[in-house]
Amino acid sequence: MTGLAVPWGQSRDFGPTGDVDMSTALGSAPLVSPVLTASGCSAFGRELEPFFDLRSIGAVVTKSVQLRTRSGRPTPRMAETPSGMLNSIGLQGPGIDGLLAEDLPWLAERGVPAFVSIAGTRVEDFAELAARLRGVPGVLGLEVNISCPNVESRGEVFACDPVAAADVVAAVRAAADPAQPVYAKLSPDVTDIVPVARSVAAAGADGLSMINTLLGLVIDPDTMRPVLGGVTGGLSGPAIRPVALRCVWQVHQALPEVPILGMGGIRTGLDALQFVLAGARAVSVGTAVFNDPSAPARIHAELAAALGARGFPSLRDAVGYAHR
Amino acid sequence: MTVPDGGQSRDFGPEGPDVAGPSRGQSRDFGPLLTRPAPPARSAPVQRTARVAATRPVGAYVELALDAPDIAATAQPGQFVAFAVGGPTSAMLLRRSIAIAGVGEGRVTVVVAPHGPGSSWLAGRRAGDDVDVLGPLGRPFPMPPPGTPALLVGGGYGAAALVGLAAELRAAGSRVAAVSGAATAGRLCSVDELTALADPVVVTTDDGSAGRQGRVTDAVAELVGEAGVVYACGPMGMLRAVAEDAGAAGVPSYVAVEESMACGIGVCMTCVLPVVGADGCTRLSRSCVEGPVFGGDRVRFADVGTLTWDVVGADAMGVGAP
Repeated sequence: MTGLAVPWGQSRDFGPTGDVDMSTALGSAPLVSPVLTASGCSAFGRELEPFFDLRSIGAVVTKSVQLRTRSGRPTPRMAETPSGMLNSIGLQGPGIDGLLAEDLPWLAERGVPAFVSIAGTRVEDFAELAARLRGVPGVLGLEVNISCPNVESRGEVFACDPVAAADVVAAVRAAADPAQPVYAKLSPDVTDIVPVARSVAAAGADGLSMINTLLGLVIDPDTMRPVLGGVTGGLSGPAIRPVALRCVWQVHQALPEVPILGMGGIRTGLDALQFVLAGARAVSVGTAVFNDPSAPARIHAELAAALGARGFPSLRDAVGYAHR
Repeated sequence: MTVPDGGQSRDFGPEGPDVAGPSRGQSRDFGPLLTRPAPPARSAPVQRTARVAATRPVGAYVELALDAPDIAATAQPGQFVAFAVGGPTSAMLLRRSIAIAGVGEGRVTVVVAPHGPGSSWLAGRRAGDDVDVLGPLGRPFPMPPPGTPALLVGGGYGAAALVGLAAELRAAGSRVAAVSGAATAGRLCSVDELTALADPVVVTTDDGSAGRQGRVTDAVAELVGEAGVVYACGPMGMLRAVAEDAGAAGVPSYVAVEESMACGIGVCMTCVLPVVGADGCTRLSRSCVEGPVFGGDRVRFADVGTLTWDVVGADAMGVGAP
């Protein structure tokens, strides 16, 4: 971390990133950087503006939006865990109307690409959201959140069933703007993630986002009750990184042609490098932002330096390199 | 100054009296509200590495003075800073948010209450150590019209957050009274600093080990009639009692809440409380960016930790009107 303070209103400069070509793409959408925020960990980007130049990263992946305004769950919503945290927010958000009226225009006015995460409880909800986002300025593509553990029907997460997951993805792909790539966000809480990945790819997913949180639990030894108001919650942070990396590895090995946006506990450029080597063409930085709000820009710089130090002329040359 | 006066609004927010406007949500009548939502801070926060300039034990707490000129220059009373703890490879990822107790000569002072591994790490910093800090964060206490007499109420280390406010109120011509209370003498905070700025200063302890035995609310009941505005910082139970007492006396109150936060900057959505907005609708509002200062009559203390039907967006969670 740099020890230099910057005046407010200016963001931190992490210095030149060398000669490595860091450009990549999400499906057909080109990105200037392979580092993105992660859905649910950077709200809609605005709060991070004081800390780094949002245009310097690949995209802001927005908090999952649903059709209606959602209050989210009651508190407590969070518990710190070793190298991670458990959360049970319950997809608090403004709903698609609020997103279209305020948050997406804010990003578009600043030239910050948005990758919009959509969520719902029925297949038709997802399709309607995709239709509402057709042609919206600044929307690079859609991440289909079929794997949030903090939904009402915890036992019925779409991404735990290859058929249900494919139904959602097919409906979104059919309704979405053809120019907007559709990525399916998968859950690690399955016996084998490869069949789910194969199923959604066959249903038309342009790429895969891996992974969402793992379902977890913390009990307060003093009250002897679960800490979270929602009882269980999603585990994130470096604690889950090996699980996430394993998922990326397995799916890239089975489906090397399917683009992967890798995520799960990325905190440094070397963490991001592991995901790239396992097969990810881009990465999302999530919980690390809570610790270090400038983490996405820092990780971009660290990843560029790490690639350069290993002799890669471009990020693309390193994708999947660990499988050789 | 404004004087308590039946029927006359004593609202001193920048946007005039509170009027319930149209909204998308359900609204429920909470009676006439005496406060406006606290307006945002003047300046955006920065992230920086700050050197610990000095440390000092204060009863059960540790006061840290940090060299952070940019934060010191823009901080306003009621705002807070958020620390990363344990160093760059720490297994504790979440920021520790602590109220700013004072600024001056390029330094920011905080009072750390060690109660877990993260706050204990912070309390163990020594002069010359570096810490990663974000600030100033959150909304400051709104200032009343010049000269308005003010009552400041601090619980435990929460009193530290009121010192800068006391100085600013004095400079604006307000008479300032203060109550500093805690469970026991060692958990009192900032009594000397407040004594230099406020008169009277009433100290209360639950066990009688310093000042009067009893709760801060006993002293508040005596002093609130003299006040045109009440400010409080401390545990939620105390804030609720103070806000209710102020409301019953027809005096607006502003409370700085201590809700647990993961990020401090508004992205994690963990620190929410049910708060009545300018439009009369209740939302789960983030304590870090929509607070930590809220109108005391706007925080629905009784509903913290629950989801009631009239919160905006509760219907989408399956919580409908009865």
